[in-house]
Amino acid sequence: MTTIERTGELTAADLFRSRPLTRLQRLQRLLHRHPEISPLVVLLVACVAFSFANDRFLTPSNASLILQQVAIVGALAVGQTLIILTAGIDLSVGALMIFVSMVMGTLAGNVGLPGALALFIGLAVGALAGLVNGALVALVKLPPFITTLGTLSIFTALALLMSHGTSIQGKDLGSVLTFTATSMAVGPFQLTVGVLLMIAMYLGLGYVLNWTAWGRHVYAVGSDESAARLAGVRTDRVLLSVYVVAGLLVGLSAWVLIGRNNAATTSAAVDANLDSITAVVIGGTSLFGGRGRLTGTLIGALTVGVFRNGLSLARVDVLYQTLSIGVLIIAAVTLDQWIRRTGAQR
Amino acid sequence: MSASTTSRPPVLRARGLVKTYGPVVAVDGVDIDLYAGEILAVIGDNGAGKSTLIKCLTGAEVPDVGTIEVDGKPVSFRNPQDAHAVGIETVYQTLSLAPHLDIASNLFLGRELRRPGPLGSILRMLDRAEMRRSAADKVAALGIRTIQDIAQIVETLSGGQRQAVAIARAVAFGSRIVVLDEPTAALGVRETVQVLDVVKGLRDRGMAVVLISHNMPNVFEVADRILIQRLGRVAAVVTPETHTPADAVAIMTGAVRSEGNR
Repeated sequence: MTTIERTGELTAADLFRSRPLTRLQRLQRLLHRHPEISPLVVLLVACVAFSFANDRFLTPSNASLILQQVAIVGALAVGQTLIILTAGIDLSVGALMIFVSMVMGTLAGNVGLPGALALFIGLAVGALAGLVNGALVALVKLPPFITTLGTLSIFTALALLMSHGTSIQGKDLGSVLTFTATSMAVGPFQLTVGVLLMIAMYLGLGYVLNWTAWGRHVYAVGSDESAARLAGVRTDRVLLSVYVVAGLLVGLSAWVLIGRNNAATTSAAVDANLDSITAVVIGGTSLFGGRGRLTGTLIGALTVGVFRNGLSLARVDVLYQTLSIGVLIIAAVTLDQWIRRTGAQR
Repeated sequence: MSASTTSRPPVLRARGLVKTYGPVVAVDGVDIDLYAGEILAVIGDNGAGKSTLIKCLTGAEVPDVGTIEVDGKPVSFRNPQDAHAVGIETVYQTLSLAPHLDIASNLFLGRELRRPGPLGSILRMLDRAEMRRSAADKVAALGIRTIQDIAQIVETLSGGQRQAVAIARAVAFGSRIVVLDEPTAALGVRETVQVLDVVKGLRDRGMAVVLISHNMPNVFEVADRILIQRLGRVAAVVTPETHTPADAVAIMTGAVRSEGNR
């Protein structure tokens, strides 16, 4: 932290402003600056609690299982975070992921294209779909909620039209598309390529958000779009590129999805859409844009996975898993509202 | 000052600017000359077209009709970047700061510095340490004492501190023309004095300053010439030597017809 030396005497207002903070205000400021702290605390507390409930919870094999279960939603939430940071929301990510997985599956399994080419075309379709969302939001100026509600239906219908409701099994897809299912030992953990790909997505986009001008501009657009434009940021371009990148990330998630199911099917991961928003929100990213971190989203996705896994190991009815996640969401948004007041106070 | 300004070519010269919003004529054929090393105040009642005029000069709006010349060369601004490119910087009334970013990020918003070498050119990595150091220098050079921590999030700053950040950003990057829209409106007396000192310092460094303000004492304290807008037109251009604040208000409100030295 760089400090500029104060010179001269202080006015009464300056003195008032520099009065010591209460403990609660300090906490509020800390959470304001590091929105990923609160979900991390929840995750750690949950891990301790569930390990008392069942000895098997804190074993490397169970941790590996949680990671594999989290991989799809975790990957999808990367693109979702990017969009929510711009004060948008994407309801179509789940449908797009399934659509892209059907494009990849159909091209490789039914048309007979090489797996790598099918993968590449699938990723291109993801980016193109993102471009459509982005053009509607950034250029036509439609609200993201309505735009993606529309494309949610469109992508779902396209996936079903393309596949006629049938699935393509893993043995027909070839080694490239099912590569994400490949399992390998990392220390005591048994991780799939899909899990590693998800982690790589977090590291890659995390770098871009924190260390590049584009990342700063994403935060600036989400923070105050007109201010960013007046400051010289080309906000339309930033917004458009955000949706294209999110589409590409959803394409990568589709690859993870195919590996996890060992098939391309329209009946998979129907909850993934809302779960990705849940992960982002529990991870401390503000739905009002401009504030949040990708590490928070990863913690949020893991928290959802840990609750589902831990509660089922504790032999709690599956409906209580859903209920507890609902409580988590509301608690996270309430906390966000409280943290947001920091700025107004000072 | 006004004697010397007339002998030199203006740095910025606008002729016949018109800007309409549907049936509303906000700016109705305005001419402006702005010289280096002067402070030109623009005053006018609410709805007189001050803000729209300024937006036309800074690229935030595109005038319907009219020409703008910078250093004698015709320019046309489609966006604020075009105006930045010829050295026109603006501090908007809304300050145009991103509240969730820190002070250094805001100062460098839209012109971020990258690390030297392949980290910057290939990985496009920002040089955050250098931006913070440089931002602290720029803020200190302006004599702004209310900002303590350059890594502080703008959302947590007071109104006066935000104004200071916005002015620091406008003047920190080698611009020759600075437009300040109501820079002291949200400030206390002490901060106002500091900001006006900064504004005078800009003039003494040879910059051309356009100051939009409602505050007559401030305007008459610092301005070399005062352009009075009324109903979208230039009612008069006066100087603090030839006119009193009461005269200016009379012209501004239409109580007296223009008798200013255009």
